[in-house]
Amino acid sequence: MRLLTINDLDVSYSGALTVSGFSLSLGQGEICSIVGESGSGKTTVIRAVLGLLPVGGKVTAGSITYDGKELPTLDKKQWHELRGHDISMIFQDSGAMMNPTRTVGATFVEYIRAHEKIPKKDAWSKAAEMLTKMRLPDAGRIMNEYPFRLSGGMRQRVGIAMGMTYQPKLLLADEPTSALDATTQAQIVREMGELRDEYGTSIIIVTHDLGVASYISDRIIVMRNGRIEESGDRDTILHRTENEYTKMLLDAVPTLGGERFV
Amino acid sequence: MSEAVLEAHNITRRFRIDGGKTLTACENVSLSLYRGRTLGLVGESGCGKSTFMKLVMGLDKPTGGEILFRGKDIAKMRGKEMHEMRQHIQMVFQDPSSSLNPKMKIRDIICEPLRNYGRIKHAEKKDAAADLLEMVELPSEFADRYPENMSIGQRQRAAIARAIALEPDIIIMDEATCSLDVSVQKSIIGLITRLQREKNISIGFICHNLPLVQSFAHEIAVMYLGNVVEVIPGADISEKSLHPYTKALLGAVFDINSDRERKIECIKGEPPSPLNIPAGCPFCDRCEHFTEKCRSEKPMLKNVSENHKVACHLYGGNLEK
Ligand SMILES: Nc1ncnc2c1ncn2[C@@H]1O[C@H](COP(=O)(O)OP(=O)(O)OP(=O)(O)O)[C@@H](O)[C@H]1O
Ligand SMILES: Nc1ncnc2c1ncn2[C@@H]1O[C@H](COP(=O)(O)OP(=O)(O)O)[C@@H](O)[C@H]1O
Ligand code: SF4
Ligand SMILES: [Mg+2]
Ligand SMILES: [Mg+2]
Repeated sequence: MRLLTINDLDVSYSGALTVSGFSLSLGQGEICSIVGESGSGKTTVIRAVLGLLPVGGKVTAGSITYDGKELPTLDKKQWHELRGHDISMIFQDSGAMMNPTRTVGATFVEYIRAHEKIPKKDAWSKAAEMLTKMRLPDAGRIMNEYPFRLSGGMRQRVGIAMGMTYQPKLLLADEPTSALDATTQAQIVREMGELRDEYGTSIIIVTHDLGVASYISDRIIVMRNGRIEESGDRDTILHRTENEYTKMLLDAVPTLGGERFV
Repeated sequence: MSEAVLEAHNITRRFRIDGGKTLTACENVSLSLYRGRTLGLVGESGCGKSTFMKLVMGLDKPTGGEILFRGKDIAKMRGKEMHEMRQHIQMVFQDPSSSLNPKMKIRDIICEPLRNYGRIKHAEKKDAAADLLEMVELPSEFADRYPENMSIGQRQRAAIARAIALEPDIIIMDEATCSLDVSVQKSIIGLITRLQREKNISIGFICHNLPLVQSFAHEIAVMYLGNVVEVIPGADISEKSLHPYTKALLGAVFDINSDRERKIECIKGEPPSPLNIPAGCPFCDRCEHFTEKCRSEKPMLKNVSENHKVACHLYGGNLEK
């Protein structure tokens, strides 16, 4: 059985159809990248899967089946059991998701204690250990820091550490490395690959970096204007596409020693 | 080289943090922005890039050093003088979600600087907004939207529209293109380089995407742990860079044509804490070429050729044979 099947999904914001006819099927241990136009609905799809569409956003047609469960029909309690545990998410901008009035440590400890009944002290060390794994220097300082006093990349690594805490079965990552420097990005991408290799985690990753998509994915979906423009296995999309939009995207990828504008 | 519009000399910024410790975000950074040219700034997250650019903007005060703009020290400016200066240096931030006022319509957001500095009348707003949106390739009906109802990429284009509205001398872009798709990214780079040529704007561009920065930066400065470790012409970075950290950055770039089995390189070890900067070379704990001298003596930024500076004991006449 496939771990996640999305069939002919439509999503609207306040009645305006934003994503239409989106389908995807993901097996255990598979990694699928979603690339494509800014504003084409990539984040919307990811949020729809997680049941976390913003106010006004609604799944208006289609189905999202995870492990035999029809996700859009789950109630609050069922979501609580799945989210953060079986299914986890890394946001495009983890900083904006964190409560600015609380320290990173307080937020992280609360997150852990929402998922398992352990003493505060143990949750604290678990959190610090995850931060260290994400190569944050001085986990102790970061835990006591407020999100706005960390650099964007550091906040993002905190978000990734939280998302990976429970080695989820399905990880949804929305541009997890866009704000990270090259070496940290390489580290995180490698770590996501290891999560798959070691625990069989299935991953959907939204990225604008086709180099990252090329490195990590089995399948690639190209989106444009609310629809799937093209989808297929990695090599077909990257090296044998006939699609004009995909070709244009590939052409626009900057390369070391490549085209210069000045 | 063209005339320097802004010169930072020995800029240091330390933060006092709880527990009485001191965090060094920038240490002795000397960099210049030249008319009509782009300076790219790259380096590990948290290495002080944004801190430096905030100082350049006058949004924060350095602990030491001076930043000369039109011959005056930005660090010493106050009130009216600061307000006047700011119209010449505009910024596009890392995070469009928090830099655009969620309660304002896009039209008002992008025209705000023009109104603040009395460049347009209220009645001219509609046309000005339409022109700006066109420049950043957003549909004209976005003028009536709120930031919340736009994708991150669209919000970032709006932020760029606002920054170019005043036709400033300097535009600082802090990871401003990292959330855009590659084709939009390319068009934005095409746009800012065109504006740069037409209006002789100087651009300070912080970015993690090395292939992108080197595609249009005249000069690239590489920072590590608050220090500038290498300054090199953009066109030369992939071939001629010398500093071990710069090379590590280049080795970590993913390429769509690269072999899948290729091992991506990660520098060994953890980045040290900015609370605890080593006395010698900031990179010494993680460098493969480390020698005893590296721990005790800090390498200075030295010219290895014209327009190319490196801070490493291996170069610039130190350990060279
Ligand atoms: N809360 C909302 N209300 C109304 N429209 C919205 C809302 N959020 C997003 N949109 C619109 O829905 C479309 C898809 O947005 P989404 O954030 O999913 O794009 P994306 O593909 O993730 O883009 P990016 O690459 O820029 O992150 C965009 O046109 C956007 O303007
Ligand atoms: N207001 C502040 N108070 C304390 N520490 C800060 C503050 N702003 C930045 N820092 C610290 O300074 C260092 C450099 O941050 P920053 O300049 O944002 O890095 P980046 O190179 O990623 O832009 C980081 O360790 C960050 O946590
Ligand atoms: S000075 Fe020494 S430790 Fe620093 S980069 Fe050069 S060789 Fe490496
Ligand atoms: Mg998105
Ligand atoms: Mg920054």
